[in-house]
Formats: sequence, C-alpha cells, structure tokens
Amino acid sequence: MGFFTDTSVCIGCKACEVACKEWNHVPEDGLVFTGMSYDNTQGLSADTWRHVAFIEQRKPLAGQVPGRDETTGAVAEGLRWLMASDVCKHCTEAACLDVCPTGALFRTEFGTVVVQEDVCNGCGYCVPACPYGVIDKRHGDGRMWKCTLCYDRLSVGTEPACAKACPTDSIQFGPLEELRQRADRRLQQMHASGVTDARLYGHDPNDGVGGDGAFFLLLDEPEVYGLPPDPVVTTRDLPAMWKLVGVAAVSLVSSIAASFLAGGSYRAGARK
Amino acid sequence: MSISEVTKDGVHNGRPPGEATTGVNVPGGPGTPDHPGADGRYQRRRRGEPTPTSYYGQPILNKPVWGAPDIPGYLFLGGLAGAGSVISAAAQLTARCRLARASKVANATAIGLSLVALVHDLGRRGRFLNMLRVFKVTSPMSVGSWLLAGFAPATMASAFCDVTGLLRPVGALATTGAAVLGPGVATYTAALISDTAVPAWHEGHRMMPFVFASSAAASAAGLGLVAAPVAETAPLKLLAGCAALGELALTKTMEERMGVVKEAYHQGKAQKLMRGSEVLLAAGAAIVLTSGRSRARRTVGGLSVLAGSALTRFGIFEAGVASAQDPKYTVGPQRERLKNRQDIAGAQPAPTQRLDATALPEAPLGGYQ
Repeated sequence: MGFFTDTSVCIGCKACEVACKEWNHVPEDGLVFTGMSYDNTQGLSADTWRHVAFIEQRKPLAGQVPGRDETTGAVAEGLRWLMASDVCKHCTEAACLDVCPTGALFRTEFGTVVVQEDVCNGCGYCVPACPYGVIDKRHGDGRMWKCTLCYDRLSVGTEPACAKACPTDSIQFGPLEELRQRADRRLQQMHASGVTDARLYGHDPNDGVGGDGAFFLLLDEPEVYGLPPDPVVTTRDLPAMWKLVGVAAVSLVSSIAASFLAGGSYRAGARK
Repeated sequence: MSISEVTKDGVHNGRPPGEATTGVNVPGGPGTPDHPGADGRYQRRRRGEPTPTSYYGQPILNKPVWGAPDIPGYLFLGGLAGAGSVISAAAQLTARCRLARASKVANATAIGLSLVALVHDLGRRGRFLNMLRVFKVTSPMSVGSWLLAGFAPATMASAFCDVTGLLRPVGALATTGAAVLGPGVATYTAALISDTAVPAWHEGHRMMPFVFASSAAASAAGLGLVAAPVAETAPLKLLAGCAALGELALTKTMEERMGVVKEAYHQGKAQKLMRGSEVLLAAGAAIVLTSGRSRARRTVGGLSVLAGSALTRFGIFEAGVASAQDPKYTVGPQRERLKNRQDIAGAQPAPTQRLDATALPEAPLGGYQ
C-alpha cells in the first residue's frame, strides 16, 4: 500500500499537514515566517510528516496566455504556482531501516516503514542514511520520528489521515500497482494536454531505492521541489565497503607486523 | 503596473476596464524560449526565488544529528585503541614490556572514553543496551556494537591484568582477543560513516577504510612513541612516520576522487581542520623519521602525529555535516550520474520543453478511477 501524490491538482491548502499533526499527535515545531511563498514548514522533519512545497515560477502554465502590460506594452510574464505535498517515501529498499542498529525501524505487513518508538534509542543513524531527508530527531525527546503511513489507521481499515483530508484527491492512497496504473493514465492525459513538463517521480521499481511507496507526479525537475533527482539507497554499496574494510584491517595488521619485524629484536636491558 | 488609489468613494486610477476575452488579439507570452520577454530575457529570476537546482537553497538531506566532539572523538579514540591493541600484542610478543603496558592502558582508556562518548550521543541514553537487541550486517553500527561488546572488556581486562600482575593467563587471552578484534574496531567506522547519504562521506567509501586504517596506525604509534622509552619504540618510529604519510596521501586521493563534493573539504571548519591535520602529520612524520634516538624528538613527533590524526577525523566529520547541508552536493553528483546513464543509453533526445497552446483540461476532482 502507498501514496500517489498528483501535484498537478494540489491547491496548497495544507489540510494534509493539519490532518497528519492532529491524528498523529505531532507536536508544534515553531511558527516561523520564511518568505518562501506560502511555505512556513520548510521541509520534512521529526515534527512535519507532510510538507507542502510552494514554488512560484515566472513561467506560463501550458496554454496560459499572459498578454501585455497595458501601460508599458511589455509582454507580461506568465506565473505558475507549483504546490506539492511531500511525505516519507516508504522506500522498497529503505536505508533507514537497513542501518537501524536496534531494529526499531521495521517493515510492516502493508509494506510501509515504521519506527517503534518504544525501541528507538536515538542513535541517529537513520537521519544521515535517508537519501530524501525525511526522518529526524525530535528535540526534547531524543528519538527519531517520521510518517508511519498511519499504521494505526491502516490496521483498522481506514485510509491515512492526509489522504482522507485531501480535498482535491491530490493525495491518493491504495495498492501501489493500482496507483501506478492510475499515475500512468494521468501522465498521458497531461502530456496530451500539452503539459510536457509533467513527469512521474519514484514510481519505477527499478530505481535506486527499489521504487517508492509514496510516489509523485511533478511538473518540474525533482530538485525544484527539494527532492533528489536520482537517490540511491546507500546500503547498495555496503558489500563493497565491507570488503574494503576487511582489506584495510588486514593491511593494518600487516603494517604493524612489518614495522615490528623491521624494528629489529629488542633485548631487555638494552639502554641508549 | 496599476497606480490605483483606494478611497471611500471608490478606486481611482485603477486599471481601465478590459474585455477579458482570453486569447483574442494578444500575442503569445514569453512561454517558450522562442519568445523572450520584452526585456529580451526569458525566465527572469529574483534573489530568494527557487533556483532550478534547489528548493529555496534548502538542503535535500536532514542534518546529521551526531554531535562533535562525541562522534569524531570516537572515530579517533576507537581507531587509536583498535590499532593500539595490535601494537600491545606485538610488543608483548617481542618482550617490549613497558611499551606493551603503556599501550594497553592507553587502549583501555581510549575505549572507555569511546563508550562514554557513544552513550552520551544517544537520544535515549538509558536504552544503550538496545544496541545489542539484534545483529544486522546491513548496519555497520550494529556490527560495531557487537565488536565493541567484545573488544572493550578485552582491552580493559588486558590492561588490568598487566598493571596488577594478576590472572596472567586471562591477561594473555584478553590481549590476544583485543588484537584480533582491534583491526575491525579501527576500520569498521569507515563503513559506519560511508554507509550514509552524506555526500562527503559516501562518495569516499572506497578510500575511507584505508584513510581510517592509516590514521589509526599513526595515532596508536604516535602515542606509543610518547609513552614508552626509546629503547622499545624503534618499530613505532617507522610505523608512525609511514602511517602519517600514508594518511596524508590517502586523504588527498580520497578528496580528489570526489568531484564537486571535494569542495566540502576545502571550506569553513572542515578546511581548517584538514589543513591543520596535513601540517601536523607532515611535520610529525618528518620529526619522527629523523628523530635518531632522541626521546624528546620522538615525543614531539609522536604528539604531532597523534594530533594530526585526530584532526583528520574531526575534519572528515565536519566536511560530512557541511556537505549534507548544501543541496548542490546532493543534486550535482546525482545529475551527473543521470546524464552518464542517458549518454550510455544512447542518443535519446531529451523531451522538448516547448509548451503547446492547448488549454489544461479541467482538473478532475474525484480522481481518475
């Protein structure tokens, strides 16, 4: 199970952010004015599990005819306002889960990735491991927190709070196979209408993280939304790292042995 | 621009009433590269607006929550004790008793401090034993926890038996055990920090184990030069000098192979630390290798190598933290990778960005089932 977030119909209402905070008892994490369009939550963190990005671009949306400024006669610039609700990707190959030394992070029967808060000891390894910058440490609590894809709600047959609250169905919840088909149809529809910028992100099970459990339809490059363009789960390189660690350990021992051999024998009692 | 004045009577100098027949008798806007705006530029961008490569300059990754000096301190002390345990065993075998004792005490102290630093860095210190709840080879921290669970008691027992002269067979066993686990303790930390999405750590994952191994050897040898009499430290003279030079060369090579991420090592705090480590390592190696039989020169050289090795760990740590906080280090290498993949896949033309003047259909509210 997972999310398909179609950002082309997001209206930036932040109902998902609110619903998530309410349902999951996510504490308030500072009310700051950032000047980043309507975005005051800035990014995903321990206390922001849904984050709506706002991007104002001087670029016309497909079909938009901006016209001329009446006083100067200059051609007006277009404006498109991209909004996108970001969330934990629930990667098929999840680095946070791989590196968690306590087993606090685990994969649920729904295929989602969840932290057990009664096990997490706050070692913080999952934070730099996440290629998307999702999971984070909660101040004053010490443990790591992130979206659970509303594990408690799924367990009793209800959809996640954010998807439930989304008024435009930008956030859609369901089995990934079905969502992928739906996303493909939507992408074709967008391209046919001339929105050639539209693209899917995280839908491919052959990508660097084995496909995201929460994928997106975006209208610009992923990095414009604060998403990495080609994330790869760091543990893909771990077998190579272990081999090299082994080689390095052996060379450490041999260089110490060599230096003692080269250093000559030592006779107790010898003094300078 | 409208220069309207809003008064009680209404709006003056407002825009003239227009006939909003969209698309009639108006030229196409600057929507395509073929139609620049009136000022001849396309897609003007103001300061503070999102750039094509980032979301308002916000980092893509979350900042590592590991703190200094706890974690870089552990990287250093763990390396010192790990390589030191091999030196202790070698000194024991070659009957260099004072070197063996000094090294064992140093190892036990370093690993004791390491454990304190590691537990101190936890968000929930009372739950440190959860580290031994599972064993996961996919988590270098889990592997390291189990290594330390064997290594720390072994080094402490080894030092205790040597100093007190009690339970000598146990001491010999502990010294051997520590020497077996030590090289792992000294090098697994390379996998620990490289197995992350942090560009300055992950991009160095091929060289990091060798940087850490040489750094560990240099620091342990440096400490031995300081703590043991001249008569017993001939092997360490060679080891400290060569390991320090090796550490220097390997760190440089690692940085050079990182592409754009190299910059993270050459800016701010990381740069100062790395530069300091280079100077100390080079000077230390030179002093040690030319020290003859002078205890003073060996001590100064040893201390210099020891400090240089510590600065390397702190520098690498800081470079990682800095690289996680700038989106260009995350996006740049990934874009390059995508480009290479596309180049390999063949000359597939990039999808044209030209926009058609077709209207966007009404967004369906009920989904597209």
